Amino acid sequence: MALPTDDNADTASSTSTYVHKLPEPFTTSDLVVLTQGAEGLVYRTTFLTPNTPCVLKYRPPKPYRHPTLDKRLTKARLLAEARVLVKCRREGLQVPAVLGGDWEDGWLALEWVDGRTVREVLDIWVHKLGMRARDGKPDETTGGASEGDVEAQKKEQEERLWEMMRKVGRAVGRLHEIGVCHGDLTTSNLMIRHERSTQPSSQPSTENVRPRGRQTVSTMREAAMNGEGPPQYPSADATSRSNEPEDLLEGAIVMIDFGLATQTVQDEDRAVDLYVLERAFTATHPAAEHLFQEAMRVYGETFKGAKKVLKRLADVRLRGRKRTMIG
Amino acid sequence: MATVRTIVLPHYPSYPIHVCMFKDVSNAAFLRSQLLEANPDFDYAFLDAAMILSPQHLLSAAFLALHCTQVARAKTRTAHSELVFRLHPNNNIGESYRKFGISDKTSALIAVKLALKPETTAQVVAEHLGEHVKGESADPGEALEHVGMWCDVGKVRKMYKLEGVGEPKKGKRGAIVNGNASDMDERKEMESVITGIITLKGS
Ligand SMILES: Nc1ncnc2c1ncn2[C@@H]1O[C@H](COP(=O)(O)OP(=O)(O)OP(=O)(O)O)[C@@H](O)[C@H]1O
Ligand SMILES: [Mg+2]
Repeated sequence: MALPTDDNADTASSTSTYVHKLPEPFTTSDLVVLTQGAEGLVYRTTFLTPNTPCVLKYRPPKPYRHPTLDKRLTKARLLAEARVLVKCRREGLQVPAVLGGDWEDGWLALEWVDGRTVREVLDIWVHKLGMRARDGKPDETTGGASEGDVEAQKKEQEERLWEMMRKVGRAVGRLHEIGVCHGDLTTSNLMIRHERSTQPSSQPSTENVRPRGRQTVSTMREAAMNGEGPPQYPSADATSRSNEPEDLLEGAIVMIDFGLATQTVQDEDRAVDLYVLERAFTATHPAAEHLFQEAMRVYGETFKGAKKVLKRLADVRLRGRKRTMIG
Repeated sequence: MATVRTIVLPHYPSYPIHVCMFKDVSNAAFLRSQLLEANPDFDYAFLDAAMILSPQHLLSAAFLALHCTQVARAKTRTAHSELVFRLHPNNNIGESYRKFGISDKTSALIAVKLALKPETTAQVVAEHLGEHVKGESADPGEALEHVGMWCDVGKVRKMYKLEGVGEPKKGKRGAIVNGNASDMDERKEMESVITGIITLKGS
């Protein structure tokens, strides 16, 4: 199955062998492709008002699945995602608001989070500052000088990174506390909201968005190592955004992509969530293991049963290792 | 002539939405009777302004009303009744009209006209409502930013069961998301849950 790319997505003129028909009322003219995964397409567009940016998640019909079954599955999954998001917002958690949707047609419109994924930000950190693999401290060789104020500056920068991890631990803890497991807790499903302090009225518009291809962790790491610079981001508003790594770490942690979320209070489910997160962090950079431990320390203090979940995480980790040893 | 503001929803450019606001309305009973008689000249959504929190609140219901009409999945007779129906969290049409529609005593009114036909212009709406609504016309604002000015936030909170949402102190722990929660933050937080509830309604 060939998915349309942004230049051939026009349903009428495309030469692609299989092209999705966008659900009513959407047309390609006002959508910008963000990602195209196996499950569906993610676009950036506007919703309700011309200056309300939004994310449109569309799960097109799967031609290889029985139509009735396909419709039912799509509907159930989108509904589950929307319900969990609304539950989270009710509880004051930082997740995108649900702005609209149509389960029959397979789409969901979500509030646009202005910011970057934790994965993107960590990659910038790895790239710009350089980090010693063992302890996550800034690398002396890339930093250069060993002056007192340079040291102090590094310490401060480091502290911001640790603070970000604490926020991650707290966010995941709150999620589990209200009885939700994310189901796909990777670093690309965690965003850091960009605090818009200078221009509160400037609204990002659709034109400014550069579409971006998907990049795997390894290609991003490779790019970072080769000094090719950070990947392209859907820059919402170039003028109000900073590329300074420090600034990227400011702002609330927003959890996104609840497509696999479940409403559960089982320690096993919670521990698996943490395990997935741990794997995602350690895949970014070996130093991230220490950072992850800081997130877990804070997680452990977030709600009553959290310490028990951390114990369970040790079991899950062990099982995970055994599985990879056998497999 | 009443002040009318016209909004074009993204993705539905052919169906503009005209909005008027009135205060000190003295003939709500007459307007309501026209709805009950299904007088085609009074095909509007007449809303109790106390129940509308913000532009996003109103427009999420308007979008879905329009959308359901367009894809032939509406649950009620007209696009306007669908709008009133869509605002209520539950599936009872009568209850939707009782809570969000006008009563004989309503004095602050929001009138919405979904322009399904091109001849339904802002001018036509302004003249018609100006002639038939006995009350003082108010400006909803270019982006409908004043549409929530007569809102009874407590009533809306109760309607959607939003105890604690966006409230700075006595709320649940999660409510302290932004530190100093002003009235705007409170409404924003409520609105972000409400658009979700409206979207999920009936499913
Ligand atoms: N609310 C949002 N605001 C801003 N960007 C978003 C938002 N939701 C998603 N994105 C961007 O789009 C990407 C894909 O979104 P998401 O993970 O929700 O979709 P998905 O179809 O489940 O993708 P995948 O299965 O590949 O994870 C995210 O990694 C993020 O970069
Ligand atoms: Mg994702």
